[in-house]
Amino acid sequence: MKSRTLLALAAGGSLLAGCAATASDTRSASAATPVRVSASSGPAFPSTYKAYPSNPTAITGVTIYDGEGGRIDNGTVLMADGKISSVGGPETAIPSGATIVDGSGKYVTPGIIDVHSHLGDYPTPSVDAHSDGNEATSPVTPEVWAEHSVWPQDPGFSRAMANGGITSLQILPGSANLFGGRSVVLKNVPARTVQAMKFPGAPYGLKMACGENPKRVYGNRNRIPSTRMGSLAVERQTWIDAQEYRSKRNDGKPQKRDLGKETLAEVLDGDILVHNHCYRADEMAQIIDMSKEFGYKVTAFHHAVESYKIADILAKEGICSAVWADWWGFKMEAYDAIPENAALLQKAGACVIIHSDDENQIQRLNQEAAKALADGRAMGIEISDAQAIQWITYNPAKAMGIEKMTGSLKSGKMADLVLWNGNPLSVYSRPDKVWIDGALMFDSSDPKRRPVSDFELGQPGEGDVK
Amino acid sequence: MKRLSLILASAAALIAAPLAAQTTAITGGKVVIGDGSAPIEGGTVLIRGDRVVAAGANVAIPADARRIDATGKWVTPGIFAGFSRIGLVEVGAVSQTNDMNATGSPFSAALDVQYAINPFASAIAVNRAAGVTRAVVSPSTAHSIFGGFGAIVDLGQDENPITEAKAFQFVELGETGHSRAGGSRAASHAEFRALLEEARTYARNPAAFDSDLLKASDAKALLPVIDGRTKLLIHVESANDILKVLDLRKDFPALDMVLVGANEGWRVVEHIAAAGVPVLASALSDLPYGFEDLSSTQSNIGRMKDAGVKVAIGMINDRDAHQLRYSVQYAGNLVALTKVPRATGLTWDEAFAAISSVPAEIMDMGGQLGSLKAGRKADVVVWTGDPLELSTQVEKVIIDGVDQSLSNRQMRLRDRYRDPTPGALPKAYDR
Repeated sequence: MKSRTLLALAAGGSLLAGCAATASDTRSASAATPVRVSASSGPAFPSTYKAYPSNPTAITGVTIYDGEGGRIDNGTVLMADGKISSVGGPETAIPSGATIVDGSGKYVTPGIIDVHSHLGDYPTPSVDAHSDGNEATSPVTPEVWAEHSVWPQDPGFSRAMANGGITSLQILPGSANLFGGRSVVLKNVPARTVQAMKFPGAPYGLKMACGENPKRVYGNRNRIPSTRMGSLAVERQTWIDAQEYRSKRNDGKPQKRDLGKETLAEVLDGDILVHNHCYRADEMAQIIDMSKEFGYKVTAFHHAVESYKIADILAKEGICSAVWADWWGFKMEAYDAIPENAALLQKAGACVIIHSDDENQIQRLNQEAAKALADGRAMGIEISDAQAIQWITYNPAKAMGIEKMTGSLKSGKMADLVLWNGNPLSVYSRPDKVWIDGALMFDSSDPKRRPVSDFELGQPGEGDVK
Repeated sequence: MKRLSLILASAAALIAAPLAAQTTAITGGKVVIGDGSAPIEGGTVLIRGDRVVAAGANVAIPADARRIDATGKWVTPGIFAGFSRIGLVEVGAVSQTNDMNATGSPFSAALDVQYAINPFASAIAVNRAAGVTRAVVSPSTAHSIFGGFGAIVDLGQDENPITEAKAFQFVELGETGHSRAGGSRAASHAEFRALLEEARTYARNPAAFDSDLLKASDAKALLPVIDGRTKLLIHVESANDILKVLDLRKDFPALDMVLVGANEGWRVVEHIAAAGVPVLASALSDLPYGFEDLSSTQSNIGRMKDAGVKVAIGMINDRDAHQLRYSVQYAGNLVALTKVPRATGLTWDEAFAAISSVPAEIMDMGGQLGSLKAGRKADVVVWTGDPLELSTQVEKVIIDGVDQSLSNRQMRLRDRYRDPTPGALPKAYDR
């Protein structure tokens, strides 16, 4: 198995393929509010996603983790018209005509959500022609949109569904730049166009990065930033310019459209959520002060390997930490990573998300959450299984501004859910079935209910189905 | 040569062992021998000095033995990481601490990791605490297809990490080999053959050796590869590259080959099995990372095992300097596949063997390492439960019969920030 990020580092490469990102927001994003993209004719590049056909379905006798820390044993989940219609115990009435799935011995969770992925913009095969995640020609590129780089035929989407139960994910630009560009939130449904994957009504995110990557990339070219102080200077000046643009816009003064400043102004409006790649505790504290200086909010710090050192501050500020269970040591700013990071944050009352930034670990975020849970319990922190599931469902949904639509098993929400063949916190469990908006998109027992990308069709392994 | 070095290593271990060889009995646990046999409930592991004396049911315990109660626990051989770069890297992106390869060196096959492996590296302590006790350590490559000599190490807290130096030579013959040789597999195979022929030239008259291709030190390093005295670990992934590597035996019949990676091994598995070549395979590769990995599948190891190939789990280029603790998770995932329709996995017993006895056997050290059979080095781990399960913790690690510290800087940081708010003094005083 290969890791793009680590290989790039080992080779002394100038760019991280991934970035170990950041993010999430505790302030509830108004998911129902249409995202203002341009002054003209409605949202640009609108979602064309439509739910696939579904049957009313009841999963019975199943153990339910509801994604918000709740657990029901011997439970029933009902879906109809693409929505969750009921979640309860064995007494739950099942409408006649519903397809019944026997869930005894199995577990149901909300669809798993990855707040930090580069599927599509750093797809496999990882050839140079596919390297579309970092517009590493300037440290400030808020004008780029990740969706314009996403290749819907990335085979990684199918593995994330079949092995990881991923139903929604945020694709971010990489971390070469201080302002990396807009993210895009996707439904994990195979499609011919990225528009047909876009999560309807999801707010945009802005990818930012602090620390080693931007200063390495631009310092190597003798450009600012070559230092951390250079990074902060460029960022603050950029926000000052954005404030001016926004002020003119608000006053209705004529000015030429500026794609980058448009995005930054919407961050200042509170409509675009900031996902900030940041490893070190001291740097996160600097970023928080910068956000206060300019009046925006950091939704989540991504990678955040030192969040445990300032868990109290992050809890007070209401900023999520999107973290790995145990990655460490691959670069200087990852040297103090510890496996108890997630649990210590939970203990402090801070928002925890387990993320992947990786085409392999996105296939087992459930296992990464289980490891982080076990390491917390080993140091005496009490966390329930259901709370650990929240780290990979409701909490990332909240950070992506889609928690009112998905991320937990509540009536009226999208029927995005995974039936596991055992406890998803066990290494021995895998997805049995995956529904997205009520449509059965993966069924381990039905070879036809498994997507194969165009790239893999006709190849020897044919997308790992041979 | 190998036997001699083993004898020397044992002698060194004996010197390091307690003066009077201590006897320890670990009792009451679920004992996993590691050889693919089923776990034994309520078994005993008896250690004397640096060796396992007996393990299993009905083991007689000497009256003076130190007893460790493992009731309710699992007792296994330490994890043997089948392919790694542990000890060669402190911080990956800090080049001064990264000894995996040597981009500026004129040498290639002569490079020897035994001088670079740092027993005090953080990664050694971290992975020891996770139950990893032995590892294959390989260099990577720089300007040549050959990377140099690899070693077998222990992860003990002492200053002597080397179990066997010069345990193998490492070579790249897939996409990386293509690149190292100048941009073609034709070039990597030409380089391979030419360098080995040059080594033969060297052998005929070392004093007169003067080659445009190869330094004398590198030629000397390749000589034992040609006649099979030194193993050759070959990194290849694609089906076609595997076939071409197996064909090398037509020109170099004595090559003692081990395939590393082999993501597409299942497609040519009958050829690998017929050649009797073992594999240190990546467990969970299942994407077309490159065109050499087009048909990667998590079923690869299971399929190769079923076809009679000796296959263990390795971690080439997969966080292989820092995360050998993933070995148990990877093995557990192969067990998970046995419940997935149309997938091929390993039984629990086979999966554990793939991270203990089988890699040791592949490296010709199965008589010394990798299991709890009598006479093996006493590398023993006590776990709170099933070692492949994610909720399980390590309680005790013994290497070469010596109780190991499980402390490391990650634990110290954890303890310092158990409560992140500074008290009467700054956090820096909290230790």
